[in-house]
Amino acid sequence: MRNGWSMRGAGLVASLSLIVTACGTAATPSPAASTPASVPPASAAGSPSAAAQNFAGVTVNVLTFTGPQIAEPLQRRGPDFEKLTGAKINVVTVPFSDLYQKILTDISTGTNSYQAFVFDPQWMGDFVAPGYLLDVSDRVKSDPVLKWDDIGPFFRDFSATYQGKVYTIPLDGDFHMVYYRTDILQKDGLKPPATWDDYLAIAKAEQGKDLNGDGQPDYGSCISMKRNAQAYWFIYSIGGAFIQTQGTGQGAFFNTDNMQPLVNNDAFAAALDIYKQMLKYAPPNQINLDVGDTRGLFTSGRCALSLDWGDIGPLAVDPATSKVQDKVGAIILPGSKQVLDRSSGKLVACDATTCPNAVDGINHAPYAAYGGWSGAINAKIDPKIQDAAYAFLAYMSAPEQSNTDVTIGKTGFNPYRTSQFSDTSLWVKSGMSETAAKNYLGAIQASLQSPNMILDMRIPKTQQYQQVVLDQAVAQFLAGEIDRDAAMKQITDGWNAITDQEGRDTQLAAYKASLGVQR
Amino acid sequence: MASSDSPARFESRGPTVPQAGLEATSRSLIRRRVGTWTSDRVARLVFIWPAISVVLFLSIFPLVVSLYLSLSRLQLTSSGIKIDFRGLVNYQSLLTGTEQSHFLGVFRTPSPLGWAIFTGVGLLAAWGLVSSVRGRTSPLGLVLRAAGALFLLAITWLFVESVFAPGGRPGALFVTIVYVFAGMGLQYLLGLGLALLVTQRLAGRRLFRIVFLLPMTITPVGIAYMFRMLTDTGKGPFVPVFDALGLQDFTWVNDPWGARIAVMIGDVWQWTPFMFIVLLAALEAQDHEIVEAAHVDGASGWQAFRYITLPAILPVTTTILLIRMIEAFKIIDLPNILTNGGPGTATESLTLEAFFDWRTLNLGRSAAVAYLLLIVVTIAAVAYVNLVRRRVTTNA
Repeated sequence: MRNGWSMRGAGLVASLSLIVTACGTAATPSPAASTPASVPPASAAGSPSAAAQNFAGVTVNVLTFTGPQIAEPLQRRGPDFEKLTGAKINVVTVPFSDLYQKILTDISTGTNSYQAFVFDPQWMGDFVAPGYLLDVSDRVKSDPVLKWDDIGPFFRDFSATYQGKVYTIPLDGDFHMVYYRTDILQKDGLKPPATWDDYLAIAKAEQGKDLNGDGQPDYGSCISMKRNAQAYWFIYSIGGAFIQTQGTGQGAFFNTDNMQPLVNNDAFAAALDIYKQMLKYAPPNQINLDVGDTRGLFTSGRCALSLDWGDIGPLAVDPATSKVQDKVGAIILPGSKQVLDRSSGKLVACDATTCPNAVDGINHAPYAAYGGWSGAINAKIDPKIQDAAYAFLAYMSAPEQSNTDVTIGKTGFNPYRTSQFSDTSLWVKSGMSETAAKNYLGAIQASLQSPNMILDMRIPKTQQYQQVVLDQAVAQFLAGEIDRDAAMKQITDGWNAITDQEGRDTQLAAYKASLGVQR
Repeated sequence: MASSDSPARFESRGPTVPQAGLEATSRSLIRRRVGTWTSDRVARLVFIWPAISVVLFLSIFPLVVSLYLSLSRLQLTSSGIKIDFRGLVNYQSLLTGTEQSHFLGVFRTPSPLGWAIFTGVGLLAAWGLVSSVRGRTSPLGLVLRAAGALFLLAITWLFVESVFAPGGRPGALFVTIVYVFAGMGLQYLLGLGLALLVTQRLAGRRLFRIVFLLPMTITPVGIAYMFRMLTDTGKGPFVPVFDALGLQDFTWVNDPWGARIAVMIGDVWQWTPFMFIVLLAALEAQDHEIVEAAHVDGASGWQAFRYITLPAILPVTTTILLIRMIEAFKIIDLPNILTNGGPGTATESLTLEAFFDWRTLNLGRSAAVAYLLLIVVTIAAVAYVNLVRRRVTTNA
């Protein structure tokens, strides 16, 4: 009997350890905020120029995701900033899937071990409302070093701003684009894809051919599809062209009348079908590839097409890793000749009424996925450290640093300043040909200037809508665990559950407000 | 000193002591008795309460808080965290709601094999109950066993509906159960085989004792990364082997059962040494004279193993299986690193599902998953102890 009970006890204690681990942190009560979020910055009135300030003895812990992208430039430039100001920059990295909760638990529990964050500005809805982020509106506008007006209006007014106030400093500009091998398409007499059907046709034609001369068969298309990584945006890069037709303000995620998700209709079904077909012309383990893996495959010459953010452009000119220098073209996301009729949920042909923004009868909806890595400051820390954190982020974003960093592939930073689009000499200096630079920047600008650009979701619980519900359902669909209809129902039910939990009217108002941003 | 104050002495002197003196002595005695009692009690409290406090703080308090969390929803506010009581919403979501297919699976009509398995388990449960009725089991014991049999039948039915049914799909609960029992069985058989080999007089057996132990000393995360590399047919060290076998376009992680098998291979590799070392100790502690006597009497090697060695190591066997079972229910490192829970959610264990929920700050549902895991482990462990281990140790 004793043995029995002791074993039961062992089982009980062993099982409890999980619960203790999982819940211990969150159960800790959080002290009230020591510093209100709206405290005026100590140096807001004057110039917060990094070189002009003395932060000797101040240490700024900057939390971001595991590099090399994003963390690399922060780590590389931290010592330079320390020499200028005396502030020590300590870059702490965690996997991307841990970043959201790491920031929230750190501030909400009053731990405040990180003073600055370089993160996804889409999550601001969850960070601003409880007062976790410092309002830097006054600082950025009066900072001559930052050159705020040089930052593209979209990144200033959408990525950095929430409810009229600036909370983040952009370090990166993000759009999804399609990359293609110019040499391969030219050799085979193919044109860059204008529609998703074109994309599939090219991928099919190139699948299994030797694209890099190593004698091994290569792949028609390489797209990251890994769960719990940075892949969950790609389905909307495809679906967007079917769903959003009437301009940016229409929105692609929810019906703006009732906050019903736009993911259970023929348009999203078509996107899922295309997404799954891509698996046929791809590396065999594509559903387990993260963006770093697909970028490596593309720049090593193993893929004819890829769908990615702006990173492949600069990576393709890196002589140390690339086998496709000057063989890469970029183009705005392909579109569709059929679009969603929201009243019936069916696909209809593109015409002047249904697709007022169409080009050559094709509706394009370039997707500003993610919004660009941005730096924010913990509102609940000592003002002196806030000043140092702000100075560091402004230093990183200043053209003197940023104009170089966006041309280096491994930084993960893509162009977001007007000067970075207008001055091709920056790109030529980095190794791109003038033609390649114009092509690359032209694809981003075409996306940025599109009247039908899709603004990424940015409402409270965005992370749960996308990184949990959407990511899981799409992963299960790709793995064959659930069929297309079940995936759409799962996303719809999951999104509605979050909406109802947060309050449908509140979420609808937040969604509408996020679409009302002027560019 | 103590003897002069004893009650016997006091009573024997009673008649000769004046009344006032008697009262004074009596009061003094009561004070001393109370003092002794009080000091004993204080001593007990001083010695026991620190330990109880630690247990309460480390076990009971988190248990209660976790239970409350599993019935709640966490919200972030300007002053920190707010926890709203939401009743059974998290459990409802897992068992019948939007997370049912993730937690329990997708259910379809079982195949003939599924029906055969369910019938077999049903007959086994009926036989166990009939044996209990015929035996000297108490009424309470009978009720508990009937409840246990019903629970077993319910779990088996859901299991065959999801695993042995066309179109069905197991959720994290049944994937965990497969990891536990398939892994445990393989680990035991391999561990026993290796232990038997090492007890033979083979050259280099001392070296192999150490070599066989090495996997257990490596951190599970390291093992997961190692297997991720080994199972990569595109750029791992075994690429030439996979190419030679025509498997260059094959990937373990695209197929749900391929991925689950990859996880189980890693788990078996890691935990077989545990079985090996304990069984080796048991085999070496066995009285070899009995085995030699059996051989002298003409018993074959198999007969000696079947009728002498196996019964001798059975108590140890039941103990290590119980320990492994409890431990295996908490598997997380391998599926998290090796397959990231995928493809889709195919390789997610219960602990990994709880971790994913926790990582997205859905602490309520994370705690609910953890509590359901606690219930499953407790029932499995208690049933095992009552039905198997106690019987074996009693017979031994």
